[in-house]
Amino acid sequence: MADAKVIPFGEEPRSRRRAARRTDRADAAERAGTGRPALKPVPAQREDPPGPVPGTVRPADEGEGARPAAGGWERKLAQGLNFLRRRVTGEYEVDDFGYDAELTEQVLMSLLRPVYEKYFRVEVKGIENIPDTGGALVVSNHSGVLPLDGLMLQVAVHDHHPAERNLRLLGADLVFMLPVVNELARKAGHTLACAEDAQLLLERGEVVGVMPEGFKGLGKPFSQRYKLQRFGRGGFVSTALRARVPIVPCSIVGAEEIYPMVGNARTLARLLGLPYFPVTPTFPLLGPLGAVPLPTKWTIQFGEPIPTDGYSPEAADDPMLMFNLTDQVRETIQHTLYRLLVQRRSVFF
Amino acid sequence: MRHSPARVAGEVGREALILGKIVLVTGVARGLPGRFVRRMLREPDVDRVIGVDAVEPEHELGGAEFVRADIRQPAIGKLLAETGADTVVHMDVNGTPLGSGGGRGTVKETNVIGTMQLLGACQKAPALRRLVIKSSTSVYGGAPRDPAVFSETTPPKSLPSGGFAKDAVEVEGYVRGFARRRPDVAVCVLRFANILGPCADSPLAEYFALPVLPTVIGYDPRLQFVHEDDAVEVLRIAAGEPRRATDNSGTFNIAGDGVLLLSQAARRLGRPTLPLLLPALTWTRSALRFTGITDFSPEQVRLLTHGRVVATRQMRDTLGFHPTYSTAEAFADYVRDRGPGLLPPEALARSVDRLAAMLPTGRGQS
Repeated sequence: MADAKVIPFGEEPRSRRRAARRTDRADAAERAGTGRPALKPVPAQREDPPGPVPGTVRPADEGEGARPAAGGWERKLAQGLNFLRRRVTGEYEVDDFGYDAELTEQVLMSLLRPVYEKYFRVEVKGIENIPDTGGALVVSNHSGVLPLDGLMLQVAVHDHHPAERNLRLLGADLVFMLPVVNELARKAGHTLACAEDAQLLLERGEVVGVMPEGFKGLGKPFSQRYKLQRFGRGGFVSTALRARVPIVPCSIVGAEEIYPMVGNARTLARLLGLPYFPVTPTFPLLGPLGAVPLPTKWTIQFGEPIPTDGYSPEAADDPMLMFNLTDQVRETIQHTLYRLLVQRRSVFF
Repeated sequence: MRHSPARVAGEVGREALILGKIVLVTGVARGLPGRFVRRMLREPDVDRVIGVDAVEPEHELGGAEFVRADIRQPAIGKLLAETGADTVVHMDVNGTPLGSGGGRGTVKETNVIGTMQLLGACQKAPALRRLVIKSSTSVYGGAPRDPAVFSETTPPKSLPSGGFAKDAVEVEGYVRGFARRRPDVAVCVLRFANILGPCADSPLAEYFALPVLPTVIGYDPRLQFVHEDDAVEVLRIAAGEPRRATDNSGTFNIAGDGVLLLSQAARRLGRPTLPLLLPALTWTRSALRFTGITDFSPEQVRLLTHGRVVATRQMRDTLGFHPTYSTAEAFADYVRDRGPGLLPPEALARSVDRLAAMLPTGRGQS
């Protein structure tokens, strides 16, 4: 089953893309230099020097620790104490969905970042396809038994987007039923995958991330890796149409191999009330040690946004259009996955 | 539609309009309805305010008339006919018994049978023009499968199975039936989030008065509050004539802006939390009830597990009401009122500052 079915698609014009990205980048640098010089010097810093692979952002080259100022740890300590002071007195803000921006920035992201940078060494492409302002719906494939791909996607958008946008993920109801998990998910800005919440977030101009495959994608056997499952019932398309925001297709390569799921203990899953119970070569066998994911090398590619503002408001109720757009998004993600697989040297490097 | 009642009703209504409004308020023995009665007396177009309850109120009702009547008895119909009230504000839908009188059974009976009896009387009252019901956002229930923000039209995924929330759902059902049968009456249902303030005796206020707050491990619910002043004000808007470009008939969520997490609220209040497993919390509940300190109902536990947030767009755009207190401000006012708990936030902040001062780096800060 290896990667034999990979279909190399017509070499897409890389040179053109590269050129386009360079101008974007120049724009961004210019903006950062002139538009808001005092407040946000960060985007300018984050632009990495023209590296060996133009058009890609290498996580290892950047991050807060890259440029420690003199006495940086002292300032950090003071910041930490200020943070602690706000936390113990409860003087921080959360939004209607329970998103705690400060906790996410200072704690949750710092915990996820080493996994993202050092363990999975995520490479991000096409981040500029997410608009700097206004709502957007990022639609991604879903895989890897545990939804680590969602978390990595959130870090990718947060750390690499010039406007430092925070991705608001839509999670399954199981996430919000589990104690502790639901609390953390809400604080990290996630909410239940339902049309009402998604619409409200998009109307507020947030970037919303959705994985329409759901558990079908997450818990599919290893033999079916990189084969997209059914995209739900296409509800995400009608939500995007109603909110008139672009759909950004996103392909994640590398998450499929973190837990090679060779079996599914259905009876046990039913007993525990879970959608599936994974059996990997290591998992129930080695106990908790088996739950350590394999250190695969990841690539996250954001595709060209699909605009939805050209459709009339009634279009959201047209099932035919819905199916067509759903298929279009699905095909785009699938083709990008195949292309990235062809380019990939190895699963681990 | 509102102007097509029987001829008699129209004439009596017009007469009442000339004379000024006659407002009947139920449940005035409690703090909030008492304040509302005093507020209505100051309205220029209000002639008479009649307060009704089964027990004598301990607080002043200003110049309002108090009639001791049980809304569960048919006498309420006679009272409504005698006074010729054109506005009825039904506030006798409550979660907890008043004082020590009666248990959950009495409360439920007052909520459900009382509302049925009152609505029956209202249906027979030709002079009636306006009906305002104080409901609660607990009608939405609250389950992990519900959307994060409820709007007035969101159907609840799981209806409340008992307690006050179920009463409120049933009351709203009867009110909808009444609105169908009397299309000439403007019906306004106000779904209040947790009301906080000096007079409000909401169950959540009692919960926050505990020295140590029992919480559920692994859940940090989102809470919304309404300040008592805002509650009185929105009731006044609902009971009066609608201002231009607004409409005060329909169902509205009433809540202050923003959200507080329970953990955040506990820190601002300066009370330590005691995280318990869900079954242990239920035992604690029985223990507290047994010792008579407080009683938080199963739906209270549900609120403290899953939290509840409502959208208030209708309140702003249609009803034209803008609360003066946000959720955080309403809570801050409550904290000022109650005084700090065992862990005052100021003391914690001071100890962090002291820690910062001990370090060589902290001197420049704060």
